Amino acid sequence: MNRIIVGAHYGLKDWLAQRISAIVMATYSVFIGIALASGGAASYESWRALMSGSVTRFATFLFIVSVCYHAWIGVRDIWMDYVNSVAVRLTLHVLTILGLVGCAGWAVQILWRL
Amino acid sequence: MNVPIRKFDAVIVGAGGAGLRAAIQLSEAGYKTAVLTKVFPTRSHTVAAQGGVAASLGNSEEDHWHWHMYDTVKGSDWLGDQDAIEFMCRKANEVVVELEHYGMPFDRLDNGKIYQRPFGGHMSNFGEKPVRRSCAAADRTGHAMLHAMYQRNVKVNTQFFVEWQALDLIRDAEGDVLGVTAMEMETGEIVMFHAKATIFATGGAGRIYYSSTNAFINTGDGLGMAARAGIPLEDMEFWQFHPTGVAGAGVLITEGVRGEGGILRNSSGERFMERYAPNAKDLASRDVVSRAMVTEINEGRGCGPNKDYVLLDITHLPPETIMKRLPGIHEIALQFAGVDALKEPIPVVPTCHYQMGGIPTNYHGQVVLGADSTPVPGFYAAGECACASVHGANRLGTNSLLDLLVFGKSAGESAVNDLRDSGRHHKPLPQAEIDNSVARVERLNSQKDGADVHETRLAMQRVMQKHAGVFRFNDLLKEGVQKIFAVADDVARTGIKDKSKVFNTARIEALELDNLVEVAKSTMVSAEARKESRGAHVRDDAHDTAETPNGRDDKNWLKHSLWHRDGNRLDYKPVHMKPLSVESIELKKRAY
Amino acid sequence: MTTRTVNFKIYRYDPDQDAKPYLQDISVECDPTDKKLLDVLVKLKAKDDSLSFRRSCREGVCGSDAMNINGKNGLACLTDLSSFVEGKPIVLRPLPGLPVIRDLIVDMTQFFKQYHSIKPYLINNDPPPERERLQSPEDREELNGLYECILCACCTTACPSFWWNPDKFVGPAGLLNAYRFIADTRDQATSERLDDLEDPYRLFRCHTIMNCVDVCPKNLNPTKAIGKIKDMMVKRAV
Repeated sequence: MNRIIVGAHYGLKDWLAQRISAIVMATYSVFIGIALASGGAASYESWRALMSGSVTRFATFLFIVSVCYHAWIGVRDIWMDYVNSVAVRLTLHVLTILGLVGCAGWAVQILWRL
Repeated sequence: MNVPIRKFDAVIVGAGGAGLRAAIQLSEAGYKTAVLTKVFPTRSHTVAAQGGVAASLGNSEEDHWHWHMYDTVKGSDWLGDQDAIEFMCRKANEVVVELEHYGMPFDRLDNGKIYQRPFGGHMSNFGEKPVRRSCAAADRTGHAMLHAMYQRNVKVNTQFFVEWQALDLIRDAEGDVLGVTAMEMETGEIVMFHAKATIFATGGAGRIYYSSTNAFINTGDGLGMAARAGIPLEDMEFWQFHPTGVAGAGVLITEGVRGEGGILRNSSGERFMERYAPNAKDLASRDVVSRAMVTEINEGRGCGPNKDYVLLDITHLPPETIMKRLPGIHEIALQFAGVDALKEPIPVVPTCHYQMGGIPTNYHGQVVLGADSTPVPGFYAAGECACASVHGANRLGTNSLLDLLVFGKSAGESAVNDLRDSGRHHKPLPQAEIDNSVARVERLNSQKDGADVHETRLAMQRVMQKHAGVFRFNDLLKEGVQKIFAVADDVARTGIKDKSKVFNTARIEALELDNLVEVAKSTMVSAEARKESRGAHVRDDAHDTAETPNGRDDKNWLKHSLWHRDGNRLDYKPVHMKPLSVESIELKKRAY
Repeated sequence: MTTRTVNFKIYRYDPDQDAKPYLQDISVECDPTDKKLLDVLVKLKAKDDSLSFRRSCREGVCGSDAMNINGKNGLACLTDLSSFVEGKPIVLRPLPGLPVIRDLIVDMTQFFKQYHSIKPYLINNDPPPERERLQSPEDREELNGLYECILCACCTTACPSFWWNPDKFVGPAGLLNAYRFIADTRDQATSERLDDLEDPYRLFRCHTIMNCVDVCPKNLNPTKAIGKIKDMMVKRAV
């Protein structure tokens, strides 16, 4: 018998996380856009100065974490909707997490190298 | 023929208000119960009731069950059984409060109690002035009620057989009822539901008329099944024509509209009900209002290009009241009459609405036979398909929802008591009866050059509309009897082109017509025979005299008709004039 | 009386006879008394009794005749004939996302299963008082826009989230009804009801696509009800 089991209590947490991360992403995008437009993107030096400032660095880090978490929930939902085999789905989940963590690590590495 | 048999303690046919109420009783008592229904329960026609359910809660003003009883007896034109009426009116508060506890979303008064509105024929202090007695959920009371009761059944784990068409009532040689045969629509499979108790809650048969407020499914299936099984049908001449069906469409506009202050007007804008019922005016009893409307139309004071309807006016009411108390009516007027009821009056005509008669029962919900009302073992009925008789010759608005609650419950209770105390068991099934039932379906499958179901039904509806309408005439009735039997001959040889086993709705419609025509015959024959005017049955040759007030002849006709299908025979039984605990309500001339 | 011809393309499938479904071209003469789509369907059935669809009250309260009309879910009895572009055939299909039994009749088992899963009944474990439980008019007003649901399934079968996860996502109709009981001041199981929906599928598969709002024949707003459930969950969690 194919029993439908529900009750994994992370629905609200993820829904909330997606909304909060979206706010972080939107806020960051606006501020970084303004900063880049008002001289931040004039030259490599000015860009580097902007991005290596501790406030910007922290904000960018927050942004990257938000993007990854937001993407994780979205991509996971897609796997949940379209992939019915639990084994394949779990594999895809793991690959998605590894991919996103890899990207985040790489981005952090770049940030702190500046 | 090999028909699978399923055994249950109880089988309930129909999952409208009465069936669901009875099912709650049986499921809560722990009996194995099957509820058969040809539509999903919340699609039953109770869903379309609008105005409210009567109970003398007295939430807005003083009220008493005895006043309610008086109004109901008077409304019934003294044909209602006073024991059953007292029983119903005294039980009203209990069943309405129960419904509230089930979760029914009644409208509320500021003090948090159930909102009540005035309704036709409901008066305080034995007919003095209109009283607020109708407990309402906006103008969707039936919908709210049906859903609340279905939900309660979900809670108590009632077993439903959804989209099963009951075919025939199975009785053995001793006359005991042993269950029904039924067909699963999705597969066409026929099953015998073998039960120790069988409850019919199959609703009315308003579809015998051409113009009706009733749903397509109101085809009198229980009445047809009972009649074929040798159970007589009681008081079938009494059909209520609701004053306010949308002209042309037939869709119901609740009397609650007039309860909230709506007024009927003729072509000159006159509030004509003042002439016919100086005291209750637009809130007179339904038969009185319908006749007044038809009289206005017949005398040339109708509205519209063909002067064939009158107007229901609520434009003088505050828009907030309309949108709060009558939102569904605003929607219906827009959808089916094409008018914005806030600004324009709604065109309405009297439309067939409710069947006062039905399968004879006592107030315990037991089906009874003969003049001495002997119960049929194992058989119960409640709701519109039953005749307790609480509505007599004319039903008061909001008493139908009360009827199905009170008698749905008491039929369920009676079944529970009988299952518990009388040691009922599964008696052996009469195979010949089951075979006959299967043969009816087989005939449809093999009929060649049969009569067209749609055309035959239409012919029946036209005959009923013309020959047994709001006003009745001796010659038309006599002719009507001939004509309806001619239609019945066609019904016996209907044919369908669709022979599929899967969800064959053509076959269902043909089987429904078998039932409808029994109701039509019983109505026409009973109406032709009753030579007086009483309640909804009004003949032009019954005159208003001192002996016969409003043409009502109590000396000869204060009795219930019983129509027997076999031999097309009528006999009569006395009206129960003695209530359970109070004085009998004396006969007098009915005026509002 | 002036009649006009109305052309239809109707989804037909009888598993007893047909190998696979097809769209049938049918036309019918309509007179001015035929106002609603259902009137014409009844007329069509009189001509061809094998055409199968559900119908009952014909006034939009029973919820039987929900179908997909020119690509949009709706009730045949509330759809005006005059709302169709003249000349263009009217395309009728069964509600999407549910198994077809025959023609326009779908198997609604999954829909009702989801409805039943939200415990659609009042839960109050106090001993019932002798009279009605009191509720203020304001508290009662909270139920407006919720209790009117007719379970026609127009909304749920228009929801892509339900198409993908019919077994796990409750769907707009079920969630609207869940909120009907959450919002009822007489109900005592609010926490349990919220617990039951706190799941990545049952409630949170709603991505506010709002097809449900678009198609509801009773003009109800399941998305708003779902939003209110989410609000309550957030309030409860923080």
